[in-house]
Amino acid sequence: MAEGSSFAQDLERLEVIVRKLEAGDLDLDDALKLFEEGVDRLRGARARLAAAEAKVKQVLADRAGTLKIDDLDG
Amino acid sequence: MGNALDLFAAASSEGAWTVSEVTRRARAVIENGLHPMWVRGELTGFKQHKSGHWYFALRDERAQVRCVMFAKYNSRLPTPPTEGLQVFVLARPTMYEERGEFQLTVAELLTSDRDGLWRAAFQKAKANLERDGLLDPARKRPLPRFPRRIAIVTSRDGAALHDVRVVVARRWPLAQLVLVPARVQGAEAENELCRALRLLGRIRFLDVAIVGRGGGSQDDLWTFNSERVARAVADVPVPVVSAVGHETDITLCDLVADVRAPTPSAAAAAATPDRDEVEAHLGHLAERLAQCLERRAERVHERVTRCGERLEGAMGAQLERAAGRLSEHAGRLDALSPLAVLSRGYSIARDAHGHVLRRLADFGPGMTFRLRVTDGEVPARTAER
Repeated sequence: MAEGSSFAQDLERLEVIVRKLEAGDLDLDDALKLFEEGVDRLRGARARLAAAEAKVKQVLADRAGTLKIDDLDG
Repeated sequence: MGNALDLFAAASSEGAWTVSEVTRRARAVIENGLHPMWVRGELTGFKQHKSGHWYFALRDERAQVRCVMFAKYNSRLPTPPTEGLQVFVLARPTMYEERGEFQLTVAELLTSDRDGLWRAAFQKAKANLERDGLLDPARKRPLPRFPRRIAIVTSRDGAALHDVRVVVARRWPLAQLVLVPARVQGAEAENELCRALRLLGRIRFLDVAIVGRGGGSQDDLWTFNSERVARAVADVPVPVVSAVGHETDITLCDLVADVRAPTPSAAAAAATPDRDEVEAHLGHLAERLAQCLERRAERVHERVTRCGERLEGAMGAQLERAAGRLSEHAGRLDALSPLAVLSRGYSIARDAHGHVLRRLADFGPGMTFRLRVTDGEVPARTAER
């Protein structure tokens, strides 16, 4: 599973950005920077949604207790 | 030894039976004459052997009978019965040949109070969990909004896995579903469930877990009423949704889990957001973002316009003030200028040298001089005497 920002992080950041912008007390420079970040996050979240494909794995522990993750049906 | 009784002669012509023979015959008579039957009575003298077999007696006011319930049968019961309990047993009457004792081999044991044993075991385990604070509503954790990885602890070939798979794929395909297989019924179920639940803490990026099975009989559900399994659920480091597939009975696992769902499908729905709703939410956020920018742009535009107006306003006022001052000054200048006086009909007389002639003494008879009137000069001369 990929490291880095998750869908949840993108969307929650986007929500914060929209709220901050709506409060309207930022100077123009900061507002524009936030707006740009908001657009990036929005794009990222939408890309994740579009690319999603359901995956099913299986976790097993061997005798030594080491975890092994396999695709469930090959 | 002449008076000795000839024991062998005193017995029948067939000779005496051995103990083994008579107990075996008695056993055959009993087993042929008394088929398996339900017997009720008060339970007493309960003992559990190391092998797991139960030994006890049933009695009423006048009689009692020894009973054995082998481990194979009693393992289906949640707890050993308590002394003095009124029970019903399904039993096969027999002879325990080694001791020559009549006894009942018990295959099933019910308390006269329906489900009494189950309820007693359940209440006991529940009280233990309660005492340890595991049923405290404050322990319940909220489920994550957008799970990355969802674990499902259930049997590899049960309906639960299939149902959860279908719902997760439809609602939130961003999540990876991870099966942690465990048998959910039978003798090994308790151990396997506990092992699988302990394993959850070692799976990275795990956000939520579902534990359960499809519907089953009450005996099948019993594993989920095990105190050990309930404690293992409580120890899972991420929120747990229980789905034991039984609408009416609430299991101990349900009580300990963070969320209880009536079925595996419902559990999967509880653990995932709906993709369409999330898309709509994103669309809404995008709109709000755009509106923010628009409003911001409007505000900037307004400010620029207003600045322009204010600038004009300021300049205008200054100009007006300047103009006012100018005309004031001009007025004063006028007032000071002799020309203004001339315009009212006065004139100024000057001699040839330009000296202003102010008094009578300045004029001599027949003297030429110049008269400055408002629009020019007039040559003039005083009269001769």
